[in-house]
Parts: sequence; C-alpha cells; structure tokens
Amino acid sequence: MNNILEIKGLAKNFKSFALHDVSFSLPRGYIMGFIGPNGSGKTTTLKMIMNLMRKDAGFIEVFGQDHVKFEREIKQRIGFVYDEPVYYEQLNLKQMTSLISPFYKKWNQSLYEDYIKRFNLNSTQKIKTLSKGMRTKYALSLALSHGAELLIMDEPTAGLDPVFRRELLDILMDVIQREENSILFSTHITSDLDRIADYITFINEGRIVLSEEKDRLYERYTLVKGGKDDLSEALKKELVGMSVTGLGFEGLSDHPIQGENLVIEKPSLEDIMFFHTKEQRHGD
Amino acid sequence: MKIVLSNDSKLTIWEQITEQIKDAIIKGELNPGDPLPSIRSLARDLRISVITTKRAYDELEAERYVDSIQGKGSFVAAQDNAMMREKRLKNIENKLSEALIEARIMGFKYEDLEKMLRILWEE
Repeated sequence: MNNILEIKGLAKNFKSFALHDVSFSLPRGYIMGFIGPNGSGKTTTLKMIMNLMRKDAGFIEVFGQDHVKFEREIKQRIGFVYDEPVYYEQLNLKQMTSLISPFYKKWNQSLYEDYIKRFNLNSTQKIKTLSKGMRTKYALSLALSHGAELLIMDEPTAGLDPVFRRELLDILMDVIQREENSILFSTHITSDLDRIADYITFINEGRIVLSEEKDRLYERYTLVKGGKDDLSEALKKELVGMSVTGLGFEGLSDHPIQGENLVIEKPSLEDIMFFHTKEQRHGD
Repeated sequence: MKIVLSNDSKLTIWEQITEQIKDAIIKGELNPGDPLPSIRSLARDLRISVITTKRAYDELEAERYVDSIQGKGSFVAAQDNAMMREKRLKNIENKLSEALIEARIMGFKYEDLEKMLRILWEE
C-alpha cells in the first residue's frame, strides 16, 4: 500500500507523561481522524511529525522520506494547521503572509486570496485582534494555498461555530478529490469525523488503542444496554467498558453481542472513546 | 440521481447507497450506460468517507448492477432481461408484502384488501 505517512515505534518521555510505541500509517487519498481525550498525546505526536519536538525513539516517514533528514523538502508538501499558531502579533494578515509565502515554492497567491475572501477575513486586520476561530481560518488559508499533498491539522474545529465546522468538512472533501492527497485531523469532537473519516486512530494515555478503517470499527463494536439484572458476570467480561446507574447499565463491546432483554445498538465514535477511557479509570 | 441517507436507518451507509442505486436501476430511473458520479465526488456530495462509497460501488459491481472501467468511471451495467424481470417481480413482491403487513396491523380482511387493490388498479 502506498502510505503518505508511516510512524513506527514512536516514543517520547516527559516527566509526567510519555508516548509509548506509537505506530500507525495513513494511505494516500484518505482522511484519518486522530482522536483521544485531552492530554492523550495527539498534539505531541503531530509536533513530532513536524519535527517541532524531538523524538526519543522510533521512525517517521512522510512521502516515503525520513521526516528529519528531508525536513525542508517535506514541509513544502505539508499544510499544517496548528492548535495555537504562533505569528507576529503586531503584523496584519497581509504582512504576515508576505513573510510566510516566499518559503513555499508552489505558493498560489490567488488561491490564498480566494480563501481569505471565502472565510470573511480582512487582510488589514492585525493578528492580535483575531478571534480563535479567525486564527484557525487564517492558518487554513495558508495551509491550503501551497499545493500541499498532506494536510495535518491539530484540533482545527475547536473554537469554530457549527456553521463553519460544516464548511470545513466540505473543504476537506474538496482536498481529497485529488487521489494523491491525504488529511490527518486530530480532534476530541468526534461528531465531525463520524462520517467523513476513512480511518480512525485512537490514542489514550500515550498509547495507540486502535488504528483502522472507520467502517470496520462500526461493524466490530456494539453498544449494549439493559437493566441492572441483565448485567451478568459473563457479560461484564465481554465489555471493554461500562457505566452503571440506578436504572440500568450501558456498555461497549469490541465484538458483536446477542442476548435476551438486551438493547443492542451501533456505537458512535464518542461511545467508543468514552468507554475505552472509562475502563481505565475503573481499572485501578 | 437521488440519494438520501438517514442516520436512523437500520442499514449501514454503504447499504443505503447500494439499495437506492439498485432501486433507481430497477425502476428504470437509471438506464444501462448511464454514468454514475465518481467515488470521490459522491463521497463529497454525501459528506461521507471515500472508503464507504467505494464499498457501495464494489458491492454494486459484484452484483452486476454497475460496470467500472479503469480511468473512465462507473456506469450502469447492461441488464439481462430475464434477470431484470426477476428483480422487478421481486420488487413488486416486496412492496406487496409491505402493504400486507400494514393491512394486518389495521385488521383488514383479504376481501378489504382486494377491494382496495381493484380501486387503485382502475384509477
């Protein structure tokens, strides 16, 4: 398979947090959602791909090339939308863009101006007066205007209203109309990804919980609900996580389940994430 | 071509797509040789995963409703007349069964249903 991004055995140690053996790959032409609770290691992983943070171990290849050795070449072909982009706050958009654009060999000024217009941004507005949503839109305009084949976005929908979140999904679908383009998109708002993502990679406490086709996930996982009495010890063993209230229980299984009196439903990504992280909290 | 996806459906997204395209072919709304949208543009229009769309097309191809030609796209396949007849019969049967279920819920007798059918037929 032709992978645009390949990560193997990535590790990083901090005082209070560590990434352990992070491995996953993204084929060309598809969208991958990178999900996990806050503080699970999403941003750290993305920063290491961009070599904004050194890795302790493992290897990362982008476009089949080592991400450190070929950093300059690779970055020409990546559009990066960062959670909190750092710009010169006293400059206006036009001035800032004129500093950034010469870096890119394939910079497309008219495409950039189209996005600025489409996102209702004002070129003469100073960076420091931009709202969080406007900053994301500005970062997107830059990321989409140099012919990037790989779009890496860290929490792009945080701080955006629902209307623009939808528009963003349309923009992403436009990007992958070209079969050689891919998108890696981290978020903790999974409803944005429920439909458009082709692959899901789920990280929790610095470890990859799963990385696979989204449709396979939906086929595999089941959400089970029932009264308190229906929650037998045998059933408990089948569940990766559960939540019990006075009225009944709800649990997640990573395989199909049948049973009398049980309500079986298809889980959402949010359910899958919730019960996987819940189990760990109960595990101690 | 019209495709409407429902979040409440028991069918998966790809099944909803194949069912609706098959329906359109059986009803003659789509004819042999008609081009279908490309996988990626259909995914964009429906705002769904490319893999999901691809699965739907693969399924339609496996069941010979659709031919995919490398580099040219997907087209409604020439339908075998006998097979088409079979499919249409099946379609009528399904619709009648649906009506039967409703009628039984309403407590209709066979004669009531026959009467209704005659009225509709002569309209």
